[in-house]
Amino acid sequence: MSITIRSIHKTFGSYRALEDVSLDVPDGSLTALLGPSGSGKTTLLRIVAGLEFADDGPGKVLFHGEDVSGIPAGKRGVGFVFQHYALFKHMTVGENIAFGLTTLPRSKRPKKAEIGDRVRELLKLVKLEGLDKRRPHELSGGQRQRVALARALAIKPKVLLLDEPFGALDAQVRKDLRRWLRVFHDEIGLTTLFVTHDQEEALELADQVVVMRNARIEQVGTPQEIYDQPRSPFVYEFLGNVNKVALNENSNQYIRPHEIEVCFAAEHDPANGKLAKIHHLFSAGPVATLTVRLEDGQFLDVELSRKQLDDLALDVGDEISLKLGSAAP
Amino acid sequence: MSSTHHVTTESKPVRLLLIAVAAFILSLFLLLPLIAVFAEALRRGWELFLASLKEEEAWSAVKLTLMAAGLSVPLNTLFGLSAAWLVTKFRFRGRAFLLSLIDLPFAVSPVIAGMVWVLLFGAHGWFGPWLAEHDIRIIFALPGIVIATVFVTFPFVARELIPLMESQGADQEEAAVTLGAGGWRIFRSVTLPSIKWGLMYGVLLCNARAMGEFGAVSVVSGHIRGETNTLPLHIEVLYNEYQFSAAFACATILALLALVTLGIKSLVEHLSGHTSNSRH
Amino acid sequence: MKRVLPGFGLTMGFTVAYLGLIVLIPLVALFIKAAGIGWKEWLEILTSPRVLAAAKLTFGASFFAAALSSVSGLLVAWVLVRYEFPGRRFLDSMVDLPFALPTAVAGITLTAIYAPNGWIGEHLAKYGIQAAYNPLGVFIALTFIGFPFVVRTLQPVMEDLGKEVEEAAATLGAGRWTVFWRVILPMLVPALITGFTLAFARAIGEYGSVVFISGNLPMKTEILPLLIVSQLEQFKYGAAAVIAAGMLIVSFALLFLINLLQRRLDWQHR
Repeated sequence: MSITIRSIHKTFGSYRALEDVSLDVPDGSLTALLGPSGSGKTTLLRIVAGLEFADDGPGKVLFHGEDVSGIPAGKRGVGFVFQHYALFKHMTVGENIAFGLTTLPRSKRPKKAEIGDRVRELLKLVKLEGLDKRRPHELSGGQRQRVALARALAIKPKVLLLDEPFGALDAQVRKDLRRWLRVFHDEIGLTTLFVTHDQEEALELADQVVVMRNARIEQVGTPQEIYDQPRSPFVYEFLGNVNKVALNENSNQYIRPHEIEVCFAAEHDPANGKLAKIHHLFSAGPVATLTVRLEDGQFLDVELSRKQLDDLALDVGDEISLKLGSAAP
Repeated sequence: MSSTHHVTTESKPVRLLLIAVAAFILSLFLLLPLIAVFAEALRRGWELFLASLKEEEAWSAVKLTLMAAGLSVPLNTLFGLSAAWLVTKFRFRGRAFLLSLIDLPFAVSPVIAGMVWVLLFGAHGWFGPWLAEHDIRIIFALPGIVIATVFVTFPFVARELIPLMESQGADQEEAAVTLGAGGWRIFRSVTLPSIKWGLMYGVLLCNARAMGEFGAVSVVSGHIRGETNTLPLHIEVLYNEYQFSAAFACATILALLALVTLGIKSLVEHLSGHTSNSRH
Repeated sequence: MKRVLPGFGLTMGFTVAYLGLIVLIPLVALFIKAAGIGWKEWLEILTSPRVLAAAKLTFGASFFAAALSSVSGLLVAWVLVRYEFPGRRFLDSMVDLPFALPTAVAGITLTAIYAPNGWIGEHLAKYGIQAAYNPLGVFIALTFIGFPFVVRTLQPVMEDLGKEVEEAAATLGAGRWTVFWRVILPMLVPALITGFTLAFARAIGEYGSVVFISGNLPMKTEILPLLIVSQLEQFKYGAAAVIAAGMLIVSFALLFLINLLQRRLDWQHR
């Protein structure tokens, strides 16, 4: 089910959290809302969920073309996973997952046995079989996160919303869970929108990335588009791993370290190259990173393969020539 | 503790000295009076002690005290839950003002808390003539005792719950909302279980104060023996009549109530502290 | 405005109605009653020697009692929070005794202890000190009442202090005493002020624990709440209302002032 967001404004007192935000989340996609803290991404997610309301005006949220702005959160059919999971601490894992079903009015509530089956099915889906009698405090962070997911899925939501789903986890667990979530999404095919401030996470996981900044959407595109054709210096810098080269007083060139070509100083061509001196060299692993100093004093990072480094036989203090390519904005 | 002391604590002699001073202060200030209640009550022996407790006026005082607490504590519990839900789950204009109003009775002398009702409902009060006409007695009767008690004890449950619910945030309630739960269901199966210990302690403290309230009740009760004397008032009457042993015998009932309250509080802290520790 | 969680209207309605009926209307009635008396009589009542003497005793004894509670409460809270020793839990639960013990019981008990033939009173008598039926007795009762406010306000703040700042100070060469004076105490000041204020405000209005030990001699050991009671017993409702209104104004003003001070201090410590 697609999500359509049109002209949403949101202010908290005098603070502008969202300004005229419109966005299309295609059916079945995995979309990331990426941005620094305070960019409005969590507010947007909560508005889609019905946990927050947009300011009065033309703004609306549509699920599959149907306006849901006036529908309360409990009836929207959204699965929401909170940043810190918000598990019910006094209930077991099974009771947590069953909550959305046991809370249905008696006429719609499945039979006890059916609820039990559904809980077991969901536990299997999130790979937590046999843990239904545990309580949240007896689980690891990654397990809690998956219980929260199972609980959200139990109500058969139309869309899945995740707020910083990996924010509270260790680096390794994060990576594993990220991969798992991608596979999981491909299996169930539920339209999913998640918030993150980690560009690597967004690029690796999502089909569509929405970069947000200062209450507005900066750029929307596939990870490839966002990385290769950033539309603004902010997106360039926020995606990280970029050199900012001052060309003159008011124009900069952005170039990623691996896009810089390296050749010997002897082959230097002043027309399309710059001379530089190697300041530091880091070469553990398959990729080597050079920190070089241009003649005007600017420092740049340059990445090349280990093989290239060995072929060129470079060392600290060597003079080299860099090709920075065509000037991007 | 190891023999070389950590930089964030004091040397052992200083530590021992401070512990000794603190223990002395607490014993002299708090423990001694508690012991004195029982010692004074038993000074003339067990027989007199038991006889004083069996007295009819003592019993009617106990009954009245139970009735006053039995009415005012549920009312204040309801208020505490309502006020705590209001100020912790919602942000609205005037919230800070409302919070300070809830604390207001703490700054009002119990005597004044009693007297305001005399001004309203007493024989010479605003509604006094009207009440007399309709033969309704509030002051110098049970209703007066109850409303005075309600006034004095009303912040207790709210005060216990507000910081607790504030610190828990609204995440769990919001999660329940997204899962389709209604208000009553959220309160009963999400909020209530996570505040039950705090609520229990608030109710206990409210109850202890309600049963022991003296100043406010003293102003509105009229001190009619066997009729409008609560237990604390009965103690005062006995004391002023120099029936010291009897006064202290009745006081032991209230002192035991205080001890039970403290004991349950420790237990609750132990239990809730235990679960909260294992959460992390 | 739309709200996510249910119950706003219901709880708002009930809370405000209850507050209004139980607290606001009666207090407003008190002020209206007091205001109905001419300002000349106001002045007359409030400046009569008996009221002045009672006010002096009430506010004076309350102030010194809260001050003593603050000093001893600071020490006790520190020991209970920082040190592990046998009996700690027991002593900790004892701190709440004055909250839980009915004031009348506290009153007769303290009197029994500090009377000239009491457990402590007889020792004081040897040095010519009479505690009960003297302003000193009032002071003792008010200290008893105020003590837990200070301890209970300080404890959570002390627990949250975090040892890092102390460790930082220690690595910078500060001795333990310096750390306490220059690092720990300043961080405790806001809580200490709150505790003091709560103890002070409670002491001003205290009645039950004082009436027995004070002896209630007009001009000597009569406190304001007792004076109000005696006015009421003589059906002088107007005078009682004026004294009560005066007390409330002073208490509210005090709480308000200290709230302001508190906010500034809190802000500085951010």
